[in-house]
Amino acid sequence: MLTREEAKKIIDKVLSYAKADETAVSLSGGRTGNIRYARNSVSTSGESDNMSLAITAVYGKRSGTATINEFDDASLEKTVRRAEEIARLAPENPEYMPMLGPQKYLDTNTYAESTAKIDPEYRAKAAFDSIDPCRQKNLTAAGYLEDSTGFSAIGNSKGLFGYNRSTGVEFSITVRTADGLGSGYAARDVNDTSKLSTKAATEVAMQKALASSSARALEPGKYTVILEPTASVELLQNMMGSMDARNADEGRSFLSKKGGGTRLGEKLFDERVNIITDPMNAELPLSPFGGGGGRFGGGGSDGRPQERVAWIENGVVKNMYYSRYWADKKGVKAIPSPGGIIMAGGTQSLADLIKSTDKGILVTRLWYIRAVDPQTLLYTGLTRDGTFYIENGQIKFPVKNFRFNESPVIMLNNLEALGKPVRAGGHLIPPMKIRDFTFTSLSDAV
Amino acid sequence: MNRRDFTNILGMGTAGLMLPSLPAFSRTVAPEALLETGVDVATKKRLADAAMNAAKSRGATYTDVRIGRYLNQFVVTREDKVQNIVNTESYGVGVRVIADGCWGFAAVVDARSEADTAKAAEKAVAIAKANARLMKEPVQLAPQKGYGEVSWKAPITKNAFEVPIKEKVDLLMEVNGAALKNGANYVNSVLFMVNEQKYFASTDGTYADQDIHRMWPLFTVTAIDPKTGKFETRQSLSAPMGMGYEYLQANPSDKVTGITTRYNKGYDMLEDVTAAAKQARAKHAAKSVEAGKYDLVLDPSHLWLTIHESVGHPLELDRVLGYEANFAGTSFATLDKWKSKNFNYGSKLVNLVADKTQVGSLGAVGYDDEGVKCKQWDLVKDGTLVNYQAIRDQVHIIGENESQGCCYADSWSSVQFQRMANVSLAAGKTPLSVQQMIKDVKKGIYIIGDGSFSIDQQRYNFQFGGQLFYEIKNGEIAGMLKDVAYQSNTQEFWNSCAAVCDEKDYRLGGSFFDGKGQPPQSSAVSHGSSTTRFNGVNVINTARKI
Repeated sequence: MLTREEAKKIIDKVLSYAKADETAVSLSGGRTGNIRYARNSVSTSGESDNMSLAITAVYGKRSGTATINEFDDASLEKTVRRAEEIARLAPENPEYMPMLGPQKYLDTNTYAESTAKIDPEYRAKAAFDSIDPCRQKNLTAAGYLEDSTGFSAIGNSKGLFGYNRSTGVEFSITVRTADGLGSGYAARDVNDTSKLSTKAATEVAMQKALASSSARALEPGKYTVILEPTASVELLQNMMGSMDARNADEGRSFLSKKGGGTRLGEKLFDERVNIITDPMNAELPLSPFGGGGGRFGGGGSDGRPQERVAWIENGVVKNMYYSRYWADKKGVKAIPSPGGIIMAGGTQSLADLIKSTDKGILVTRLWYIRAVDPQTLLYTGLTRDGTFYIENGQIKFPVKNFRFNESPVIMLNNLEALGKPVRAGGHLIPPMKIRDFTFTSLSDAV
Repeated sequence: MNRRDFTNILGMGTAGLMLPSLPAFSRTVAPEALLETGVDVATKKRLADAAMNAAKSRGATYTDVRIGRYLNQFVVTREDKVQNIVNTESYGVGVRVIADGCWGFAAVVDARSEADTAKAAEKAVAIAKANARLMKEPVQLAPQKGYGEVSWKAPITKNAFEVPIKEKVDLLMEVNGAALKNGANYVNSVLFMVNEQKYFASTDGTYADQDIHRMWPLFTVTAIDPKTGKFETRQSLSAPMGMGYEYLQANPSDKVTGITTRYNKGYDMLEDVTAAAKQARAKHAAKSVEAGKYDLVLDPSHLWLTIHESVGHPLELDRVLGYEANFAGTSFATLDKWKSKNFNYGSKLVNLVADKTQVGSLGAVGYDDEGVKCKQWDLVKDGTLVNYQAIRDQVHIIGENESQGCCYADSWSSVQFQRMANVSLAAGKTPLSVQQMIKDVKKGIYIIGDGSFSIDQQRYNFQFGGQLFYEIKNGEIAGMLKDVAYQSNTQEFWNSCAAVCDEKDYRLGGSFFDGKGQPPQSSAVSHGSSTTRFNGVNVINTARKI
């Protein structure tokens, strides 16, 4: 883990060796640890540290990248030369955009000391707090906790510099009854691990497991559903990931318009649908610059600042995301792709939504979601780990799982009510009540 | 690398810095570096011995060491542009131990010295001891004889990394040109090449040095109809293979002719993309399917994925036992069904075989990642469930005293666990061609290529799409269909299997990205079959309006 000053020193050193037309540096590192358990026992656990530096050299429209994880002067200089050598041999990229100059980055609150302090003992205790209550009730726990603490720094020969450090913990738990007839799930993700209780999350999964045992079969068809945030999050994330402007302009997106152009500015959803991203959100702080790869293994950013963006406002498509090349070609602002999405909701709790439902189905989780038709954003998948029938404002009995075939675009037009947003899978999503959600077959899976 | 990271690499042309999201700990290198030799075998043995000795002195009762060098190359293009060329290398050592009856694992990047590997071993022992108190019962490891110093090399004839980048770019440019000339508006094409140089050592006395190669050429063409504002796509009918660059040299005997050409152990990318562009265009005029029951005739380029999801996964013993309950799920194929010896997984025609030795397959290797020599075994025999896929710490549960050799880790930095072998449907024993099969079908759909796929967490209910759909009416192909997906239940589906073409039609399909585990790991696996008929399957229409 390097401080801003330490990271800047290394990046400046690299840039001092650079001879190419343009040079960019990305330096990231940190620690990730995990513990996994199943059948009420720990199955695997591990921890790893890494730090790596990637250097991109550009001559004209040819670019080359080399990476290294040694940081002495000689290694740094050697890696700069190697990137330059690769760049000279690379084919021209006609869509190459010159690097950005200095940028103003927001000061976002993505780091928590409590998470940085996690050690193997902490992870073992977190697992014990989840396994123990299950053992006592003759239930079976399978869960996973992963924590990461890291930093990311970027810089280039045009004077750009950015630094951010962040922490995160993801926890998920599936509890099954001993007879295999009931299954419940809960998931949490936080930056600050002092906000996480594996015991409390496990208790939710335990209740769902016990309540879901011996489910009854309902006929597939169109139903009013209440989607918990863990159920709707992936559909929404997939939809937001499909808002690339170039694909829309090229005619191969749900946002393409018949006869050419895009559906920007059109009302595509119920007017209560409002979706933004905001790196300053206190509950969902994000890195102030976009991009970045997986597990500290590389990846990077073109240095564009992340700012508050309204994507869907009162049901109207307000923004799409652009590559810098495509934005330049179209003469518009190059808004980077969305990170954690924030969907506005109401004040009602999940319980309130259930209370106001005459007939409907409560869905805990949707699983194995795959695109069926990119034109309409039709997805298929199944309910899992807690699906219940609601009548006259009360949960009546557990029901067998369904396969759905539904588009988030249709779903967000059939909106009945929104509850209070909660964090799920790196996003802030309200529980939502949707009418005419399409279930196409039954599954025997528990 | 998982599917999402791969998708990121494909989308890379848009990013200024051109840095893809790489697999853990990999570094970008020059293409020439992919041809350099890694650490020599004698040094690997020294590094491994140091780790095993260190672990033993700290109290480990078993240790295995994996020294891995993983090389990837991607050439990514669209239309007339090279979007990205990425060469990556990842080298390190993973040490797994049993101490106090519990597994422990630690890994070290770029390990060069005996001190590096010894330190990782000590860390692995410490983790094992810390977690031992959460164990209900100690790990029970099936005995395994040591093989001494052995080696295995994939039988490739042309190392893909020896082929100059320019030649690869020229091929993809030609492919893209053919797509645009034949009716496509857009085309994305990729060559994805992998070399795993793996060394395994264990306290059982095996030191296995292995060299594994994989190759996957792929494309997607898109055709837009400006009148309707709709777009249609067709993806390549290639398969990812456990082969070198020779996969791109198709001999006439590798080609299966018919309504469209399909490929066996050699792939003609130019020919396929030419057909694909025309077919994507033709899909606009295809009839939207009428929902209902149809007899399905499934080509191997499609059926591999249905086998993968509905047979490969449910017969993984770790899923059956509940180790994957929180993520990939469990299985309907519970131990009582296997014990009954009469569970009808499918009709009498259904023989499903697990195989880690099949030449040209993605799963083929000499020894698995816990030092077990690879083999072939039956999973479903004449329709009856007879076995699972299991590794050393599980086989005692199914009454066997030897692992089946299907343990795998996707990197030196990941802990190895039970993964799917190549699972394949055996060819029919009586001569039957695709033409003869179609002749017998009154109301059916012939499906070629894999498409959308989804299955529940216990592997009962599934839904599959495809690339090409042809209506069969009274034994004849009546024309192209679109908006087709079929839904079924695993046991019902395999029991509706009514005919299997003979071995002349047997081909492999497969995936680079079989995902399982937390943190998720990817495994490459092939599935073979001949064209197969399933009667009375429920087909839905997937067209919607937004």
